[in-house]
Amino acid sequence: MSAVIEGPSTDEEFRRAAERGAGFFSRLLRQPLVVVCALVLMIVVVGCLLAPWVSPYAPLEQDLLNIYAKPSADHLLGTDQLGRDILSRMLHGGRVTLAGIAQAVAVCTAIGLCLGMAAGTLGGWVELVAMRLCDLLLAVPGLVMLLVVLGIYGNNETAAMITLGVIMSPTLARVVYSATIAVREEPYVAGARVAGLTSLQIMRRHILSGVAGPALTQISIVAAVACLVEAGIGYLGLGVTPPAPSWGNMVTDAQQAMPLDAWMLVPTGGIIAIVTLSLTLIGNGVRDAYMGRSSGSTKSFSWRALAARVSQPLTPARPGETPPGREAVLSVNRMTVSLPRGKGEIPIVDTVSFDVKPGEAVAIVGESGCGKSMTISGVLRVLPMGAHVQAASITFKGVELTSLSERQMNSYRGTGIGFISQEPISSLNPAFTVGHQLEEAVRLHRGLSKHEARQIAHELMTRVRLPDPEVVAKKYPHELSGGMAQRIAIARALAGEPELLIADEPTTALDVSVQCEILDLLRDLREQSGMALILVTHDWGVVAETCDRALVMYAGQIVERADVRTIITRPTHPYTRALLHSSSVGAAPRQLLPVIAGAVPPPGSWPLGCRFASRCGLVEDACRSGFIPMVSLGEGAGARCIRTAQDGLVKA
Amino acid sequence: MLGVVARRLLMGIPLMAVISLVVFVLSSLAGGSTGQAILGPTASPESIAELNAQLGADRPVLVQYGDWLRNALSGDLGTSVTTGFPVSETISSRLAVTLSLSVGALLLVIVLGVASGAVAAIRGGATGRLAEVLAVLGRGLPSFWLALIAVLVFGVNLAWVPVSGYVPIGESASGWVQSLIVPVAVLGVAETALVAVVTRAEMLSAMRSDYVRSLRSNGYPWKRIVFKHIAKNAAGPVLTMVSLVFVGLLGGTILMEQIFGMPGLGTLMVSATTKHDLPVIQGLAVFYTAMVVVVFLMTDIATGYLNPKVRAR
Repeated sequence: MSAVIEGPSTDEEFRRAAERGAGFFSRLLRQPLVVVCALVLMIVVVGCLLAPWVSPYAPLEQDLLNIYAKPSADHLLGTDQLGRDILSRMLHGGRVTLAGIAQAVAVCTAIGLCLGMAAGTLGGWVELVAMRLCDLLLAVPGLVMLLVVLGIYGNNETAAMITLGVIMSPTLARVVYSATIAVREEPYVAGARVAGLTSLQIMRRHILSGVAGPALTQISIVAAVACLVEAGIGYLGLGVTPPAPSWGNMVTDAQQAMPLDAWMLVPTGGIIAIVTLSLTLIGNGVRDAYMGRSSGSTKSFSWRALAARVSQPLTPARPGETPPGREAVLSVNRMTVSLPRGKGEIPIVDTVSFDVKPGEAVAIVGESGCGKSMTISGVLRVLPMGAHVQAASITFKGVELTSLSERQMNSYRGTGIGFISQEPISSLNPAFTVGHQLEEAVRLHRGLSKHEARQIAHELMTRVRLPDPEVVAKKYPHELSGGMAQRIAIARALAGEPELLIADEPTTALDVSVQCEILDLLRDLREQSGMALILVTHDWGVVAETCDRALVMYAGQIVERADVRTIITRPTHPYTRALLHSSSVGAAPRQLLPVIAGAVPPPGSWPLGCRFASRCGLVEDACRSGFIPMVSLGEGAGARCIRTAQDGLVKA
Repeated sequence: MLGVVARRLLMGIPLMAVISLVVFVLSSLAGGSTGQAILGPTASPESIAELNAQLGADRPVLVQYGDWLRNALSGDLGTSVTTGFPVSETISSRLAVTLSLSVGALLLVIVLGVASGAVAAIRGGATGRLAEVLAVLGRGLPSFWLALIAVLVFGVNLAWVPVSGYVPIGESASGWVQSLIVPVAVLGVAETALVAVVTRAEMLSAMRSDYVRSLRSNGYPWKRIVFKHIAKNAAGPVLTMVSLVFVGLLGGTILMEQIFGMPGLGTLMVSATTKHDLPVIQGLAVFYTAMVVVVFLMTDIATGYLNPKVRAR
């Protein structure tokens, strides 16, 4: 039974999980704010615990000749209206608050962890009951229930803090529950289950470690709230009875003294603020640490950051990088797309050049993670936040796109260049009917009245062969099948009558029979309108059926380009051949398809020489020694392989 | 849609029943009796027992609860043991104060929170950072302390607004506004920052979604994407957050009313708590819960309007 969990992928997962655990504390301690807060908390806690010994005066000791004293060497934080030393009262009063926090946190943690983990691991009716219970508790106004308890139990603070722990437990339970579910779905836990570990063992071994981060964040919030609530109770005069000090009733004292001496407000409220702020900030630090990001990195996230930075490449052109073709509808010359990572940026697409002629269908082929989608996103300049496009030139119908502003660029999207994406349903806005979305696109691109737009939308739906346009128009995306949603997405892309349609794996998410229909539709649409097509895919069948030319991408580079017939019958680059071998195109029926061993090197760790070297059967020393140029094979074809340069064609 | 409403109502009614039952059971476990609360600590055990018998407070707790529930369903929440007034009348006479405070703060939270969250999501930079810092500060600083500082600054030193008290809107509209400004601001500031942070996060996650990528790729102007397409999708989670914020605001009104000397449900709750006035405590607990249930119900209806998937259920 245990044999099932063996294999490289599970090992990998185990290793990654272990790394996550190991990096957690070092990431936490690398945040100076967290360390400072922890130190402050420690000083407060130790000071309060040792109050009887370290505090300079007794908490009730009055010095009526020295009331409302400002801070001095005798009274570090001054004295109150009865001449009592504020620091001493604070240290003694803190014992009550800290005990209250401890009680609330203990109760909340016990209930929340048990409930959340039980619901997440056991599932079934336990899950249902636990989550319903949480829903119920969430609707209870906390402070009201606390006052109820205090009213009934006559200022019994322990009862109040335990109640607070109970009231706050559903939020923790939910956090733990969703973290548990997330961990449960991870392959290594599924593996452990298959290996025959019981739920309890799985919980202890795997889930507890995965849940710790989110749970700690929530627990620190609970502690902060408990501190505020305890002080609030004291302030209302419902907790510790004066003259015994508590942080809350010291604020009450300060309030009474306010007209005469406002200073007292500062230390009394300040200590509460310091403790709660420290707890909150530690919670934030824990969250940042387990999410693996350094604090403050969210600053650059905004709509504004979606507008990619555009610049000229710094490196001069290398041989083999084609100049822009004159007659091309789209011409991309030396485009590099980089995404931010850490403090710098790493290239995802590396110096890509290609042309698309009017009416031509060009395929971009490669495994996932090779930069195919990012290439077309770079052309459209619709990229993740903080992206950077470097290009010598990108021209569409002779217009230089790189020199256009974001607003100018937008006038080419949709009208000049249409786009359909991989996931048809999620590419449509879930909150509007598809008819509305289609009409909106028509009105936007053609400036028509509502009535005309509806008519055009109807025509478009007929053009993409949707049955019952009237009925479909009233549906929401989630009510459609993938094939129908993709037809709507195509219709929307056609609304602006583009001359170039970019399709990002348009059939990958669809059933095989629907795939054929969509491909037929695309081909027919192209024949009718004469628009050019860029088709991103990893399916050679799609390439062979739909496209005229193909670009093969590997690890951010174009490694081979040729017309489709040539590339399928006589592939030059070893990667192209391996890709073709692993697909069913040209394979004998019932033949087992080989897979390419190894994985695409991720961006940021591309080797110096040939990026395919580690997986290539024909590798030699020269492959790894330096930059591999694109070698022209005539008629716009070329391959990025050292063997091509040696003898024109790579021998099989 | 009707199903959503019905489900929420079906959950709300037992919730109120459970809350009132818990309060009843807790009070019977606590020991102290109604008779004792009325007669005070100096009364003799005999006279307490006599009064308990007279009031029916010596019967089993579930029987008493059954009585209370039957009366409560007909709108009678019992009589305060300290003032002798009917609880439901006391609550309704003070409701306006608490509603002015909590709804005022809620409006502030929604308008300011959503606006600044949206600005932070669109422009990035300092606004988002500021909202995050304010949210941390708002969670960390005790509201009653903030309130005292506000009183000191705006009431005493600058003398812009009255230091305490509440002016009914019927008496003077401007006086009503003046008496509410500071407490509403103090009550709402922390939650405003919280809603801003959530709004920003929801909008940012929508900005990374597939449908926004498609809209951008198809040349939609940014204003239309942000204020129509993203807004409708982000509104649901923000609204849920707002409804949770309202629960917190209700608790906050207790402190604010106490500090600013406003005769609302909060001060009633505090005085009932100190005086051990069980019928009032009970009535208020149920009433507060009912308010929360109503707000959650309205949230569900609004979410259903915004999200067709919820509506379909």
